[in-house]
This record gives sequence, C-alpha cells and structure tokens, in this order.
Amino acid sequence: MSVDDGAVFDSGGLDQLIGVLRSAGYRTIGPIVSDGAIVYGTVTGVNDLPVGWRDHQEPGRYRLEQVSDAHLFDWAVGPSTWKSEFFTAEETVWQASIADGQVTFSEPDDDTGPVAVIGARPCELSALAALDRVLQGGAHPDDRYAVRRSGTFVVAVECGAPAGTCFCSSMGTGPAARAGFDLALTELFDGGHRFQVQVGSAAGAGVLAQVPHRSAGDGDRVARQETLARAEARMGRRLDTDDLPDLLARNLDHPRWEEVAERCLSCGNCTLVCPTCFCSDVKDATDLAGTVERQRRWASCFDVEHSLLHGGPVRPTTASRYRQWLTHKLSTWWDQFGESGCVGCGRCITWCPVGIDLTEEAAAIRTSAGALGSVGSVGRRTS
Amino acid sequence: MTETTEPTGRPPPRRGALVPEPYRVVGRQVEVADVVTLALEPHRGQLPAFAPGQFNMLTAFGVGEVAISISSAPGGAGAVEHSIRDVGAVTHALCEARIGSVVGVRGPFGTHWGIGGIGEDTDVVVVAGGIGLAPLRGTVRDLVARRRDGGGRVYVLVGMRSPDQILFAADLEDWRRRGADVAVTVDVGAQGWQGPVGVVTSLLLDAPFEPARSVALACGPEIMMRFTTRALVDRGIDPRRIQVSLERNMQCGIGLCGHCQLGPLLVCRDGPVVSYGGVADQLLMERNR
Repeated sequence: MSVDDGAVFDSGGLDQLIGVLRSAGYRTIGPIVSDGAIVYGTVTGVNDLPVGWRDHQEPGRYRLEQVSDAHLFDWAVGPSTWKSEFFTAEETVWQASIADGQVTFSEPDDDTGPVAVIGARPCELSALAALDRVLQGGAHPDDRYAVRRSGTFVVAVECGAPAGTCFCSSMGTGPAARAGFDLALTELFDGGHRFQVQVGSAAGAGVLAQVPHRSAGDGDRVARQETLARAEARMGRRLDTDDLPDLLARNLDHPRWEEVAERCLSCGNCTLVCPTCFCSDVKDATDLAGTVERQRRWASCFDVEHSLLHGGPVRPTTASRYRQWLTHKLSTWWDQFGESGCVGCGRCITWCPVGIDLTEEAAAIRTSAGALGSVGSVGRRTS
Repeated sequence: MTETTEPTGRPPPRRGALVPEPYRVVGRQVEVADVVTLALEPHRGQLPAFAPGQFNMLTAFGVGEVAISISSAPGGAGAVEHSIRDVGAVTHALCEARIGSVVGVRGPFGTHWGIGGIGEDTDVVVVAGGIGLAPLRGTVRDLVARRRDGGGRVYVLVGMRSPDQILFAADLEDWRRRGADVAVTVDVGAQGWQGPVGVVTSLLLDAPFEPARSVALACGPEIMMRFTTRALVDRGIDPRRIQVSLERNMQCGIGLCGHCQLGPLLVCRDGPVVSYGGVADQLLMERNR
C-alpha cells in the first residue's frame, strides 16, 4: 500500500524520524559498526549509523572499509538479524516454585517495549514475515515472540548495494521493498544525498507527517528506479528456483550431499546468522531453594543432538545434517509453511568459515539430477 | 503527537502453550520392569478432551520435559494415563513419581488415530512393537467396547522383547475376552513360553483379516514399522488405509522448536499419526531423514 507520489527528505530528516520514534516510546534499533562488522544495536540518530562504511562480502569473507562520503546504507546485511530482537537467543520461558505439592508458575516479563526497526532490508522484511508465520501463525503461537513482535515499527531501506553473496532477486524478496514496512526509504545519491520515502501503513503516514519532507518528483522516482536496477545488476549470486523444492526432494540420495559434507564443519554458523532459522532447545535448571526454571536457547540442526532419540541421533552424519538444513530452507519449508525458508540474504555464504555456498550446492544438484525419478513429490503444496 | 505514532496496544502476557499445567499423580502401575503407567489428574479445572494417538508433554520438575503418548481412552474417571519407558533422565524421574506428587502437563497435541469413521464391517488390524502398544491402547479399548454388528473384527498383533516384557497383559486378555483376535510374539522366548518367537511381521502372515475391507494402525520402532507396513501392503491392504505413529525429538510439541522435522512434516503438528500411503511410505524409506 505504498503512496504513489512518495516523499523525500535528507539525512537530517532521517535523524528527525529516529527522534520522533524515540519520543513515541519505541526502542530504535538499527545498524551500527561494531567489532569490524555492521550489526544491529541502539541508534539514537544518524550519527550512530555506519556513515561512510562499505562492506566486501564473498564466501567465507567479510570486510568493512571506511570511505570518505556521507552514505548511510551503502552496504549489505551483516551477521545480525532482526530475529534476535523478537526471538531471543537465550531466555527463561517460565519459573516455578514447588512447595507442599503446589506449583506456582511465573513467566518473566522481559518485554522491553516496542521496537522500531531502522534500516531493515527487503530480504529481512520477508524473513520477519516467515518467522511470524512459524512462531505466531500456527495453532499454538509463541506468546513470548508475539508480545515482543507486536507494535513493531519498521523503517525499511531498499537495497542499493548488494553484496557478492546476495541473491534476493532470485528469491523475489528484493532489492525493492514491497510489503511489511511502515516506511520504506531508498537512499539516493545522484542529484544530492537524500531519501525517497514510501508509506506502507497508517502508522507510517502518521510518523512521516511529523518529519519535514517534500513530495517526490520525477527525478527522485527515476533515481530510485536506477538505484534498484543497479542493485539488481550487482547481485553477486543467483539461484534457479524453478522446480527447486521438488528437485531437491527427488535427490535426497545425490552424491553431492556426501561431497559437501567433506567441506562442511557442521559448526552451525549458517544457522546462527540465518534470519529465518527458528529451532530452539529447552533445558530445565533448578536451584537449591527449589525454584525450577525452563530455559530456551537457539538450536542448530547441525548439532548432532538436534535429532536425538532414544537409541541415538536420527541424523548422525554431516551429510544428513547439511541435507536437512538445505532441503528445509529450499524445499520442505514449502510443505510446512507454504513458502520458501530462504530469503536470499546470503549470510550463510559469507559467514560459513569454509565458504560453502548454498546457491552453488543447489546448482550442483540441479546439474546432475534426475536419475532418481519423482520420489517424494507426493502431496507437495508448492506452486 | 498523533495517535498513530503511539506504540500500538500490546497484549498483556498470558500463560501460553509453553507453560505446563500442574497435574497430580493419582495412579501408578508398574507394567513391566522398566515401564510405569501414571494416571494424572489436573490440579484445577477439567481434563482437556483428547483422542487416542495424541500425546502430552510431561515435565518432571527440575529434570526436564518429554513427549509421551496418551495410553488411555477418553471417558476415564477424570484422569489421563501415560505409559512411560525408563530410558533417560526425564523418563526415569517420571517413572519414579509417586502417587500424590505433581508433574507438569502440556497438551494434548498432535493427530490421533481417527477411528470414529470406521465402518462396522471393517477389520481393524492393530500392529504394535514394544512400548508402541501404549498409544494404541486407548484405541483398542474403544474398538473392543463398541458393538460391531457388521462383522468387522479387531486384530491386535503385538511383538515384545521377551515374555517378561509383555506390556498390558491384562488388557490383552480382556480384549481377547471381548472378541478381539490377539496374538503376541516375542523376540526371545523363555522357559514356559509357548507362543510364537519372531518379529511381529510373522504374525501378519496368518492373521485372517480380509485385506480389502481392512484398515491398519501401526506403532513401534521405525524399522518395525518399515517392515510391518510393507507386509500389510503385501497382504493387500490399501496403503492409504494404513496409519502409523511416528517419533522424532520433540521439545515444544506445538510446531515451534523445529526438532521433530521429518522431511515435509513437523511430526508434533502434522503427526504423530499419519497416513502411510502418500506420507510415511517415502519417509520411512529415507536414510537419516
């Protein structure tokens, strides 16, 4: 529901926008430079953003470089994901005290208030939508996630500088923002540093009304289209998604799984940086006073215990675990949730210590597939 | 400040599906050396409705939580039964739970055997291996209690490790008395055992059910189900009239934790009871899935 004519403000306007959101009670979280990477943290104004920083990303490689310009969003996603704001990496689900056969539960209220997401990329909007579907779209929503997620204000920034590991255009999630935002910005350089603003919600319109801006003109619109076209052309990776869910389902015994397992360390980095990975473990702890606590933390399907049953793990080999991860993202997520589990952000490629590239793995299977017929295609809900 | 810039109203936290309800242990039956059946009653309110084949998440406070199938039929005296094999820290603590003590319960979750629509002329072939009989017990109780005027029979074919490991022996006798065709085989015989020795599929060769008008329900170790389903199909039962109960690691029971994935399934949400034809037939054949 973007407004056709759009608005324009400069970086001073973005600074005011952040201020308006802060005075409205939002925690404003956005990109900051920390420990040599662009990660998400508290931003109080544009000076906290990665002013003049650029990234260089390739399989297994991430470098930042500071150049002398005022660009704020001239980089692609880093290792942080918005997931951790709403689905925390470690939390207490409940506490209970037991006395005289009576159990008293308490659920820790660690809700820190509504978040304003500053600078979410289009691929990340899709990732949040996918997480919403998994964690609060089913019959039994995760109430802890739902509370933290409610009232989120999203300021998206369309992508003008995809990385060498990006493939959002293949997944249909970027570089343009289409849905899932209150305001979407496009950073424009030709003809003066400025942001074109699209409104995606009534809340977005309300906030924009409090920030000085002018209406977008033809020059702004053309500049935005050129920025997006340039981004599309600069996309570092490509993934052929044609028939991909079924293709993978037909190739569960493909020799490539063993081949990639020779390189994969089963370290789980890819699952930690993935914006849609949602697995979690629970563990119960107890103290001497008799208080019991259930703790939940992120889990990885690369952990051998992830599939543990009495008698041992179901997926004891790296090949079986890599296959689980990749086929879940690109194939069985469709069966489970009716969409792709991969949004094309490329984080798993950049942050893999040995540079395994899922677009390359999927392509390798496509190249030499087909020997196994149509096994596993029954009941699939993909288009 | 306009109204739209105020953060929208946030719901107050409520006790969600991740928090157990306290239940009291009102019955404890040692079935065999390492299997205990607990009867559980909620501290407050009514026992939630359930159907055989579904499971609950049981918490031994301070130890952990585990998914356990319901082993009773609905309509019991306000209690729900779980038969637990002592295989790890949590199941051990549950097996040790005494009458009057408290355990946590979340559920019921998952799919059930769905025998409501089975016609009176339909033969029902129930095949169980070991503790796999537990999730079938409520269903068999229901089946044998029903008047089946149409001539359909109930076959209960059970494989156990050894004669002293035969679960629910009293139930098996009761079902036999009520007209079910009950057969038990053991992996390893013992002195005095006069029944068959061998895997449960061997019982399928002789059972005189009519394949064309049969449905089958199977639960047991995965390898047992792999061969059982194959044998049922070989006998001529339509794969889509065979249901199996699957098992995977479960930590939430409600489709959130990701552990119970089995290909396209989240077993806690889409199972544990699934059709063999069109669903489990491929999954049971795939290595390390």
